Amino acid sequence: MTDTSRGLPERPMSPHLQVWRWHITMACSILHRGCIIGLWVGAVILAGWAAALAAGPDAYAGYVGLLGSPIGKLVLLGETFAVFFNVAYTLRQTFWDAGKGFAPRTADMTGAMAIAFAVVATIVTWVIAGGIGAF
Amino acid sequence: MSKNDQFQVQQFRTPLSRARGMGASRHGVSHFITERVSGLALAPLTLWGAYAALKQVRAPHDVVVQWMAQPVNAVLLSLLLIAALVHLQSAVQVVIEDYIERFTTKTALVIGNLFVCVLAGAVGVFSILKVALTVTGAH
Repeated sequence: MTDTSRGLPERPMSPHLQVWRWHITMACSILHRGCIIGLWVGAVILAGWAAALAAGPDAYAGYVGLLGSPIGKLVLLGETFAVFFNVAYTLRQTFWDAGKGFAPRTADMTGAMAIAFAVVATIVTWVIAGGIGAF
Repeated sequence: MSKNDQFQVQQFRTPLSRARGMGASRHGVSHFITERVSGLALAPLTLWGAYAALKQVRAPHDVVVQWMAQPVNAVLLSLLLIAALVHLQSAVQVVIEDYIERFTTKTALVIGNLFVCVLAGAVGVFSILKVALTVTGAH
């Protein structure tokens, strides 16, 4: 035993952004963490939406008006991307849990595919929303 | 202290002591599985949620209320909210534990995360049930 310190050993922290070299798998990882924080806010917004619906027509109109404001739309656009990226990322993680997809080229490719899927699905969703006159 | 004595000491360490000494506290696996399984449950639920949002985005209050009165919608929306909050509570806790070093800050954030998620779930599910069960003329 070479450790002579009486104190507790330092817990290792996750490396912060500035010590990473940017590459696709790392970008996916941090993007997913960002999406998780965003979805956390989104779940609270969803609960608030249900509460507004239960509170009556005036409260509901006010809440939907807030979501329909420019900032509200920007938030919803972000939430749309986060939802689709999280679906793709969860699928990717499930393959990892089965021990598959760790080869660097595969991991790069599935990461790029997850981002591409989220971007395309977000655009399609908002085009449909525009098509039915949602904004 | 002989090697044997060292082994004896290890036997009396509590799980918290093991965790502080960076050993396993034997609670990590359930957290991991909770996160993964709720994530899998969320995949179809969120896709349904996106579809439902597109269907209701233009609808006025009374139309959305009628939509919520359909049992399948009330149940799926409740499941979506609960699965999302279970998943996000676990996931956000991991992010907090990874990046916040100070014990009091970290603990306050982990507890705050739990409270917000539970409150959002209670408010959301109660509101869904209130709308679904008080509407008249459904079906």
